[in-house]
Amino acid sequence: MTLRASLSKLGNRVFWALCLLATPVFAEPAGMEYPMRRVADMFQPLSRPAEMIHEAAVLVSLICFGIFIVVASLLVFIVLKFRRKANDDGREPPQIYGSTNIELAWTVIPILITVVLILVTSRTIGEIQNMKMPEDALKIELVGHQWWWEIRYPGLGIVTANEIHIPVSSRDPDKATPTHLLLQSADVIHSFWVPQLAGKTDLVPNKNNETWLDPYETGVYFGNCAEYCGTQHANMLLRVIVHTPEGFEKWVAAQKAPPAPPQTAEEIKGHKLFYSTSCVSCHMINGTVAEGVFGPDLTKLMTRQTIGAGAVALNDKNLWDWVKDPQDIKVGCLMPDMQLLDTEVDAIVAYLKTLK
Amino acid sequence: MSSETIIDENFKAPEPERVGEERGSFTRIAQELVFTVDHKKLGLMYIGSGLLFFVVAGLMASLMRIQLFFPNSKFLEPDVFNRFFTMHGTAMVFLVGMPIIFGFANYLLPLMIGTRDMAFPRLNAFGFWVFFFSGLLLYFSYLAAPGLYAAGSAPDVGWFAYSPLTAKAFSRGHSTDYWTLSLLMGGIGSIATAINIIVTTLCLRCKGMTLGRMPLFVWLFLVVAFLVIIAMPPLSACQIMLLLDRYLGAKFFDTQAGGSAVLWQHFFWIFGHPEVYILILPGFAIASEVIPVFSRKPIFGYPIMVAASVMIAFISLGVWAHHMFTVGMTSMGNTFFAISTMIIAIPTGIKIFNWLGTMYGGKIRFDLPMMFCIGFLFQFLIAGLTGVMLSVAPFDWQLSDSYFVVAHFHYVLIGGLLYTIFAGIYYWYPKAFGKMPSTKLGHWHFWLFTIGFHMTFLPQHISGFLGMPRRIFTYEADRGWEIWNQISTIGVFIQMPGILFFVGNLIYSYFKGEKAGDDPWDAWTLEWSTTSPPPEYNFAKLPEVKSRRPLWDLKHPEDPDWKFE
Amino acid sequence: MINDPSETETPWRLPSPRKVGIISLIVTESALFTIFVVAYVFYMGGSLNGPYPSEVLEFPLFGTIALLGSSLTILAAEFMLKHLNRVGFLLWWGVTIALGAYFIYFTATEWWHLIYEKNLTISTNVFGSTFYSLVGLHLSHVFIGLLLLSTVWLLTLFGKIPKDHTEHIEMVSWYWHFVDVIWIVVVTVVYIISVRIPVPIS
Repeated sequence: MTLRASLSKLGNRVFWALCLLATPVFAEPAGMEYPMRRVADMFQPLSRPAEMIHEAAVLVSLICFGIFIVVASLLVFIVLKFRRKANDDGREPPQIYGSTNIELAWTVIPILITVVLILVTSRTIGEIQNMKMPEDALKIELVGHQWWWEIRYPGLGIVTANEIHIPVSSRDPDKATPTHLLLQSADVIHSFWVPQLAGKTDLVPNKNNETWLDPYETGVYFGNCAEYCGTQHANMLLRVIVHTPEGFEKWVAAQKAPPAPPQTAEEIKGHKLFYSTSCVSCHMINGTVAEGVFGPDLTKLMTRQTIGAGAVALNDKNLWDWVKDPQDIKVGCLMPDMQLLDTEVDAIVAYLKTLK
Repeated sequence: MSSETIIDENFKAPEPERVGEERGSFTRIAQELVFTVDHKKLGLMYIGSGLLFFVVAGLMASLMRIQLFFPNSKFLEPDVFNRFFTMHGTAMVFLVGMPIIFGFANYLLPLMIGTRDMAFPRLNAFGFWVFFFSGLLLYFSYLAAPGLYAAGSAPDVGWFAYSPLTAKAFSRGHSTDYWTLSLLMGGIGSIATAINIIVTTLCLRCKGMTLGRMPLFVWLFLVVAFLVIIAMPPLSACQIMLLLDRYLGAKFFDTQAGGSAVLWQHFFWIFGHPEVYILILPGFAIASEVIPVFSRKPIFGYPIMVAASVMIAFISLGVWAHHMFTVGMTSMGNTFFAISTMIIAIPTGIKIFNWLGTMYGGKIRFDLPMMFCIGFLFQFLIAGLTGVMLSVAPFDWQLSDSYFVVAHFHYVLIGGLLYTIFAGIYYWYPKAFGKMPSTKLGHWHFWLFTIGFHMTFLPQHISGFLGMPRRIFTYEADRGWEIWNQISTIGVFIQMPGILFFVGNLIYSYFKGEKAGDDPWDAWTLEWSTTSPPPEYNFAKLPEVKSRRPLWDLKHPEDPDWKFE
Repeated sequence: MINDPSETETPWRLPSPRKVGIISLIVTESALFTIFVVAYVFYMGGSLNGPYPSEVLEFPLFGTIALLGSSLTILAAEFMLKHLNRVGFLLWWGVTIALGAYFIYFTATEWWHLIYEKNLTISTNVFGSTFYSLVGLHLSHVFIGLLLLSTVWLLTLFGKIPKDHTEHIEMVSWYWHFVDVIWIVVVTVVYIISVRIPVPIS
């Protein structure tokens, strides 16, 4: 091969390598390749703490169901057997005032059942609350806001909103890679609840709560804020995207990579508008002067599946409508109608779409 | 002494004045009701007002269920929905539950213990009017000028009003203040009535009625009254603290100043949990009167029933944080409250068994009061068992704040308390009005309401299992919740005609009901020894009793209770 | 088999409604005070900024002597009542009222100093909130008690109280004793225990 040909080949490879580096791995919302677990059935646990709860839950449910069958049958039996017959002679039945033996029997049996429940409960509480996290467990800080979630990865230097991305763990306890969550609130009490992954834990202002996840299978797990926190509590939705280990690494890399600078005229116009109107007082975009912390971090907006914390799916139309008037989609939310002209919205949306 | 009759059968009481029967002028009747201190009139006023608020709060619930029929429905705006669930819960507990149970207590206690009125008749009237005005104050919030968006109008912070959502910063305007002030007022009324109940029960019993010879109804209300005077002040206290925070800048719940959001929850539930026992124990009281009479046997295990009731009240003061399992208490704290909650299930279960034991070997008559009591037994069984499920703290970490809890407490309060209230109303209606309630209308009421009730609340257990949280004005599609919400909503429209039949029955029977004698059900406690309705002074001659069932002794002189008790 | 109970029963005695009523009232008020005491204890050492109890609180010696003393003078008044000594009753009952009024004056001056000189208000910190609410709640009960006592005093002065209403007056004095007992609890928790909590080193 001539020197010129070799250089050309090298240049080719370099070019493609640069392309790979520059192109964000997910051109569309992250996590869509995993199963969408929309039905958050707590009886289909897919994470260790949820499974621990599930064991205790099944036991107590069966016990209670058994008691129900016994007592309800007794009630039906009594109602049928001791109803006043049509040919009743009008005499009063034998007047029984009580029986110590019977009283004892139906006191002792409930006590025994209670003892069993107490033992199971205490053990499960300890198992879950006192679980020791491995030193290298992924640590996430979840901060609740009215009505969105702020997610910080202090060890990775990532801040995102409304979606928690974690790597999948293993059913084998020796190979488990659980995730630790520190739960805080910036305003009122919220609650983190993704039923298939863990029981719920509240986010209380001025209190640091903790929980942990240890998922067995990949997927997009659906959850809700589970403590009434004001007008849009219903739309404070949450997704936990459990990646394969490789998928998680890719996501982290993509989150860390700064978004490409705006290219087209529309994008540049939108960029100018974004920074000259009060968008920056609430929102943060890494590597820029936008450092507002009141609203969600927008650095990697386009990698998310929804906007408005799950209020609507993230697509062109919804993004446009949101920027035009968020009150139309999520009335009462703390992003005001910015009174933008349609052309301004076009530009800003064009800019926002570069944030990937 | 044994030759002295308990009640002078030859005495003919003068005809009691029946309100409404003579064509009295409206102003005369209104004047009488406004100024009355008679426990019977006040009792009926309590129950009547409670039923009025029941209809209003029930309509709110119906509208909420319409909103929840479809996912992403726009039938109700979010803030309207949020105000509805706040007002529905607050009204049902404080303006329906409490007044109706106090109404029953007021009407029946003096009659059951053989005295002429409550110990403090004027305090009684005061308690009623304070409650009534507190209800008007709460609903007045709707009219109070709405200001900034969500700044005025009715409270929307949930019936338990957790801080810091109720702080000035997050609840602007005065809606939260209406909630606070209305309940503070109502609390004073409740405490006044409770003190009246305690004093009446301890100090005015007729001759021979030792504590061990009181009807279980009276015992249970004595226990309820003690719970009220101990448990209501914590609510008043934290509400005063909330007002101080909101208006004088105090820092009780200000998390930025070192205050604790969780402290509100502790204080609220120290009140709130005993409160739900305050609500249900009167239901037990009614069941303990109705079930024996319609089974034709005395209550099985009277002493145990008393002991169990006292135990329930006592333990109920120590279970409150089972409402807070998710708030981040230590594992010790969670374990303690899980245990105490499970323990309280034991005396409660014993009571169910005792009622069954009463029915066993009896000759059950399925008159309306008994039908509702049987419904109560079945539904309260379910409610109690879902409560046991919730007491397992880790399971509660999933179930708390979900529709499973909503299903649980509606089974307790509707399936349990409301059914016994229906039973009690049908049972004592002839005594209060001298007319029998219509059985036919009552059957329509029972079946429609029961079918509708189960249809509404049974599926909510399932939507809870599938992750549906409480207090959401809408939900996403495809979460598996639609079908359960839809069945639930349809049930409402079956319950509604049931309630119409109930109200219709009350009105129809008043005018057209079959005339009732003194003792239409062949019962055994003292209220049935006087006329229907009783004269204002209750008894021509104050009775004297020798056993728990004085009328049984009268009717069966060869086999009186006092020989066996 | 039991004999006919009416043949063997003792005379029928029931407690006095007034006594049971006042005891019930005292129970319910105690529950109310308990919550404010719990709040105070919960927040001891929890203020994020001063002033702190040990810096600004002085033991309320004269006020306490006056209030506790008034419990003794009210006992003396009741002794007079039992012996139907109207003048003696009016004298000792009057002294009780005076001591109660002095307590209010004493607390008012204490608060004036705390607010204007030590800069402690209800909104300064959690100590301020819990202190003023607890002591204030007690103070309001002293005030109500004084109204009750004054009413009794005036009615007695004008000869409006029948001889058989001694129990009514006794119930007012029970209320006054209750107010005193609460003060002992408040003094212990606030002025003896919480002043020993060290000031945080900033």
